[in-house]
Amino acid sequence: MSPTLTAWVESVGLLGPGLPDWPSAAQVLAARVPYEARPTVIPPLECLPPAERRRTGKVVRLALNAGLEAVRRAGAETQALPAVFSSSGGDGENCHEICQVLAGADRQISPTRFHNSVHNAASGYWGIATGATAAANALCACDASFGAGLLEALTQIRSEGTAVLLIAYDADYPAPMRSVRPIPDAFAVALLLTPAVRERSLARLAAKLCTAPADALSDPQLESLRMQVPAARCLPLLRRLARAEPGGVVIDYLRGQRLQLEVIPCH
Amino acid sequence: MRPLSLSAFTVTSSLGRGLEATLAALEGGRTGLKPCAFETVALETYVGEVPGVDEEPLPAELRDFECRNNRLALLGLRQDGFDEAVRALARRLGRQRIGVWLGTSTSGILETELAYRRRDPTTGTLPADFRYYGAHNTFSVAAFVQRALGLEGPAAVISSACSSSAKVFACAQRAIDAGLVDAAVVGGVDSLCLTTLYGFHSLQLVARTPCRPFDAGRDGLSIGEAAAFALLERPAGSLPADAVLLLGTGESSDAWHMSAPHPEGRGAGDAMRQALAAARVAPQDIDYLNFHGTGTPSNDAAEARAVAMVLGGATPGSSTKGATGHALGAAGALEAVVCALALRHGLMPGGVNTRVIDPQLPVSYLRESRRAPLEKVMSNSFGFGGSNCTLVFGSAG
Repeated sequence: MSPTLTAWVESVGLLGPGLPDWPSAAQVLAARVPYEARPTVIPPLECLPPAERRRTGKVVRLALNAGLEAVRRAGAETQALPAVFSSSGGDGENCHEICQVLAGADRQISPTRFHNSVHNAASGYWGIATGATAAANALCACDASFGAGLLEALTQIRSEGTAVLLIAYDADYPAPMRSVRPIPDAFAVALLLTPAVRERSLARLAAKLCTAPADALSDPQLESLRMQVPAARCLPLLRRLARAEPGGVVIDYLRGQRLQLEVIPCH
Repeated sequence: MRPLSLSAFTVTSSLGRGLEATLAALEGGRTGLKPCAFETVALETYVGEVPGVDEEPLPAELRDFECRNNRLALLGLRQDGFDEAVRALARRLGRQRIGVWLGTSTSGILETELAYRRRDPTTGTLPADFRYYGAHNTFSVAAFVQRALGLEGPAAVISSACSSSAKVFACAQRAIDAGLVDAAVVGGVDSLCLTTLYGFHSLQLVARTPCRPFDAGRDGLSIGEAAAFALLERPAGSLPADAVLLLGTGESSDAWHMSAPHPEGRGAGDAMRQALAAARVAPQDIDYLNFHGTGTPSNDAAEARAVAMVLGGATPGSSTKGATGHALGAAGALEAVVCALALRHGLMPGGVNTRVIDPQLPVSYLRESRRAPLEKVMSNSFGFGGSNCTLVFGSAG
């Protein structure tokens, strides 16, 4: 029997194509304004020292911007806040550049490219940017990365009794990797999850494993985003949060497994 | 935290296949490091390569996962009856009730590196046999191990560079604690590839000679590869005296630099303190410490400061990376198994290659193996991005 894992969603950060932040995305997901697909615009990171800022690639900026939005909306302190980073592909651009150099005659890859190649690069820069010294995890579960990250955050909340910041993110690969992994654009979601209800809590979340099919989105463009970007598998949950409606939602996880989420809005 | 038992464990590295070969090599002070002759790599360095990995292709039903990393994973799973122990437990608990948490830094990236050489000269497209899901994606090793063992429960790869496969013990412990699973296969698999060999070289962190952790003249690390696994379960009512328990885990972040440790070992110290607190073990009760001990000047110095601060300077310890090389994403699990062997056999393995212990490092570093009954041991694993993890193990007896 799969147990039910619970947490409260305190805030959301979001960055994706035509979805510049959580309030605008919530309007779209609640069907109050139509979705207009536009390329994801990733703002620069003001919170990093200039030398570090120059070293960061698009994917790190993507993940950190979503995380920063969530902590800003919650007014949360980051220093002691554990974080879970989850991504299917990490920094595909950086990986491509390294493989390109290694395939050539001169294999001297840049030291910055190498240290940015670790899957936990976003987590490392998050620590440098926000001073967070608590545990940080960097997960990958391919297409199941959002669900795996959510389960990791929920088990941490259950075991440690602390709030946890979950950041799931994925970005498009350049050619030729793009043809084998056609992620259309960058997308990141951050959820600040807490073990107990707080003044600003948006909703209570109860999760368990299931085998029912995942919920789809009625807007064909949003549904295509959900299917093509692993981090965007969260969209049915976000729609529920945006509409502040109680009820169940099923999101994708691993082969043959899904996550059943019961959402009870606080307001 | 509630202790978990390591009801089965195994390791394959350049020291050999399985526990017996590993124990014999550790006892004998042997090293698996040899001059690098991997692929077409032209670097003057030593590596801990596992012989024969490419001689054993995957069985037909697992062909979608073909890559050196998964071949090494399968080779590792087949040692010491580990795969059989997992299957037997799955029959008892159900295949959905056993999770898989594995650490890797590069998974099957070697196949991508080689595929890039075979790109179409005009269009630049990858060869048709390129496997994104089965080899390239970081998760491929966990998907593969799940499939190879017939498991259908939760799974994830933890990829935080050199702390990856220590952190999987903490993830699995939380999942078991929460009742998400009843048991977990944890471990690490990382295999030689060009990215890490040339990458560490670009950072000038690779030694030309076999690495010498904690030596006054240490000048870098030697890269290795390994597959190490443990089966974690809630302890049965009565355990044999030589049963090994996971007692505590500690995780922290340096929040300092992407590729250099905090000079005072701040994050390392935090991870060690948390692991001791979780295990309810006093610093003086740690009988042996397996250092992260990569052999780079700054890593060993920062770790020694943290250890002296948290444990004091008297705890005997060694780095086994002079024997195995640094298995990166597999290092945490590899050294967890070294700790399990240490407990079970009362063996503190000496740090091979090290000749003159650096007098600046305020710790008790073992150059020679020593025999003594051990009750509690600690293992440190620290990675790029300032990711730190400490594990405390104990014997049941």
